[in-house]
Amino acid sequence: MDSAIANPHLDHDAAEHEHIVLPQHRHHFATEEQQREAGSFGMWLFLLTEIMFFGGLFFAYLLYRNWYYDAFVAASNQLSIPLGASNTAILITSGFFMALAVWAAEVRKKTLLVIFLIFTIVFGLAFLGIKYVEYHEKYEKHHIPGANFDVSEFINPSAYGLNEKPLPPDAAQKTQMFFFLYFAMTGMHALHMIIGIGLLFWLLARAQRGDFTNGYVAPIENFGLYWHFVDIVWLFLFPLLYLINRHPLAH
Amino acid sequence: MPKKNFINAEHGLLSWLLTGDHKRIAILYLISITVFFFIGGAFAGLIRLELLTPQGDLVSSDTYNKLFTMHGVIMVFLFLVPSVPATIGNFLIPMMIGARDLAFPKINLLSWYLYIAAGTIMLTAMALGGVDTGWTFTTPLSTHYLNTHVLTTAVAVFIAGFSSIFTGLNFIVTIHRMRCPGMTWFRMPLFVWAHYAASILMVLGTPVLAITLVLVGMERVFGIGVFDPTKGGDPLLFQHLFWFYSHPAVYIMILPGMAVISEVVSTFSRKRVFGYTAVAFSSVAIALFGFFVWEHHMFIMGVSNYSALVFSLLTMLVAVPSAIKIFNWCFTLQQGSITFETPMLYAFGFMGLFTIGGLTGVFLGSLGMDIQLTETYFIVAHFHFVMVGGMLMAFLAGVHFWWPKMTGRMYPESLSKLAAVVTFIGFNLTFMPQFILGYLGMPRRYHAYPQEFQVLNVLSTAGATVLGVGYLLPVLYLAWSLKYGAIAGDNPWQATGLEWQTQSPPLTENFPEIPIMDHEAYDYEWLEHKTQHEVTHVG
Repeated sequence: MDSAIANPHLDHDAAEHEHIVLPQHRHHFATEEQQREAGSFGMWLFLLTEIMFFGGLFFAYLLYRNWYYDAFVAASNQLSIPLGASNTAILITSGFFMALAVWAAEVRKKTLLVIFLIFTIVFGLAFLGIKYVEYHEKYEKHHIPGANFDVSEFINPSAYGLNEKPLPPDAAQKTQMFFFLYFAMTGMHALHMIIGIGLLFWLLARAQRGDFTNGYVAPIENFGLYWHFVDIVWLFLFPLLYLINRHPLAH
Repeated sequence: MPKKNFINAEHGLLSWLLTGDHKRIAILYLISITVFFFIGGAFAGLIRLELLTPQGDLVSSDTYNKLFTMHGVIMVFLFLVPSVPATIGNFLIPMMIGARDLAFPKINLLSWYLYIAAGTIMLTAMALGGVDTGWTFTTPLSTHYLNTHVLTTAVAVFIAGFSSIFTGLNFIVTIHRMRCPGMTWFRMPLFVWAHYAASILMVLGTPVLAITLVLVGMERVFGIGVFDPTKGGDPLLFQHLFWFYSHPAVYIMILPGMAVISEVVSTFSRKRVFGYTAVAFSSVAIALFGFFVWEHHMFIMGVSNYSALVFSLLTMLVAVPSAIKIFNWCFTLQQGSITFETPMLYAFGFMGLFTIGGLTGVFLGSLGMDIQLTETYFIVAHFHFVMVGGMLMAFLAGVHFWWPKMTGRMYPESLSKLAAVVTFIGFNLTFMPQFILGYLGMPRRYHAYPQEFQVLNVLSTAGATVLGVGYLLPVLYLAWSLKYGAIAGDNPWQATGLEWQTQSPPLTENFPEIPIMDHEAYDYEWLEHKTQHEVTHVG
């Protein structure tokens, strides 16, 4: 765009030649290319706001992890690595199908696009299902912050058959902070997944009508960016919440 | 008046409520923002009325807390943040860069609806009994100790935030992608540069406010303890996150004001803005520095001395790009052919009052002074000098300057000059005494005060009355001018911007055909040639 601006005549001519074919073209854009660039640039900016939004939570995590290190380690050990790891794999697979869907739209293959979108949805739902299992386990163990929060497992781990360092009561209380942040961060992530799956159903319906296989791929592309962003947030959440500095007893 | 324009292009209320035209959305914003300005102003009036006497006799202290909170929340989130960008900026940015509309007209309309939703929720919260946290929602006061409508107000601010994010996002994409042929970055009017900088702040800062309010809400509803010291949380974390947005927010508010002043000063001096590049980059510099000064709101909150030192230094650095602007406007005036139309009077008001507001900001940025002056009326006066003396003056300058373009009609010149002078006098009478009150140690946010402060408070209240008149006058004569004002013509000020080269009011898609920018910004010789050419053509 910028190089075209430097040579106004070139841009002007281009605008006249490439005259508008698609019904999706909005009149206030000079060219379809301009419309597409504006859309994807807008999406990137929106994702930037999302980074800042999650950034507040990551900052809080960083702060309290440093303050209440032992409690965070003990609470982190409560999370299931197999469940978290399979969810990571599932989400990446969902993202892979989304990337394929973008490709299918670009090469104008309607059936493939529909199939890939369905797979994206299925794997997204599987992620949420496993997340539900994890949340439910926390509920049963009284590890949901609030009035029913139970710290006995952290004060006396051997009574629960756990090979953990026992925490003094006031440090054990701080495990609640880990779970605040765990639920706030994974919850906010899950909310983005739910919104994304809602949008996927809408895209699926439109894809079946053939809206995106006539050369107009912007909505699929831009949604793909969003979906990959949601993946990436998880790729930071998984190590921070599940993996780093587990089992300091091993040292 | 041109037969066909954006106002009479379609008829009926629905054609306005469902419009995608940035100019119509700007008008919708202008009306709604004016309404909220006067609601917020009414609260300010009640505050000043209470402070007329030393005894807390007009309202109880609880009511007083609600009054200053609702004044602050409305003025900050529903007036100052969207004031210039959503109205004048919305109207002009596409026209100034030679585009037919903003990049995302539907998102633009959505942003207005979010604004209205936020306003409605806020008014509902107020009707139900109001909120008394102060506009800063400080924890743990807001999360644990108050039973007023904190959550409802926080929801309203959250939604207003998204309205602002969408406006900023739309501006950035539009400025990057929609410039007409020949419109390079350094041919853009400085108005656009300043809005670009403000938009970056909106897009990067506002989401942090959003997540902070979500955490405050979760703390109130579910009792999570991220900011709760009894659960190991840190109330100071709230302040860090809140001010990470709310300090840049004051630059979101002031940069668009500076945008207006650049245009007005250049037009009425008939000179290119002195140091165009420096002024353009000073906007970006303000946006950049603006992100690294937030802790100066927390010097007395127990932050580390060393970080306070760094933030104090960075705070003073912001004065540099601000001063670059003021100096360059002064040099623009030098040897210009200055005329004193109403927008220029407001612009002069801005330059004087903003300078005072900005310099007292440097006082407050220095550590020792801040400890003496913070939480006193000195802060109140400083903030109002920048926001009311600066931003509101600029807003009024802009409304007057582009009124002929927006409506096709002139406002009454002598009445509007009177209003500008009344506003200036009223403003100084209101807020100058508050500097002295603060210096003498009168704390803010109390409804009663010792006897010795009364004289200055009476002066301030008297000034507020004058100021109120100064604000009511434009509403009346601008409304009058809609029907009876003289026909403005395309370019009543002989200004150079592309928006002036099309008809007033403009067509729905701004230009009959997309213009080609073949000259620099503020090129008055080009304009003269063009005018002569047109005259000979017609002749």
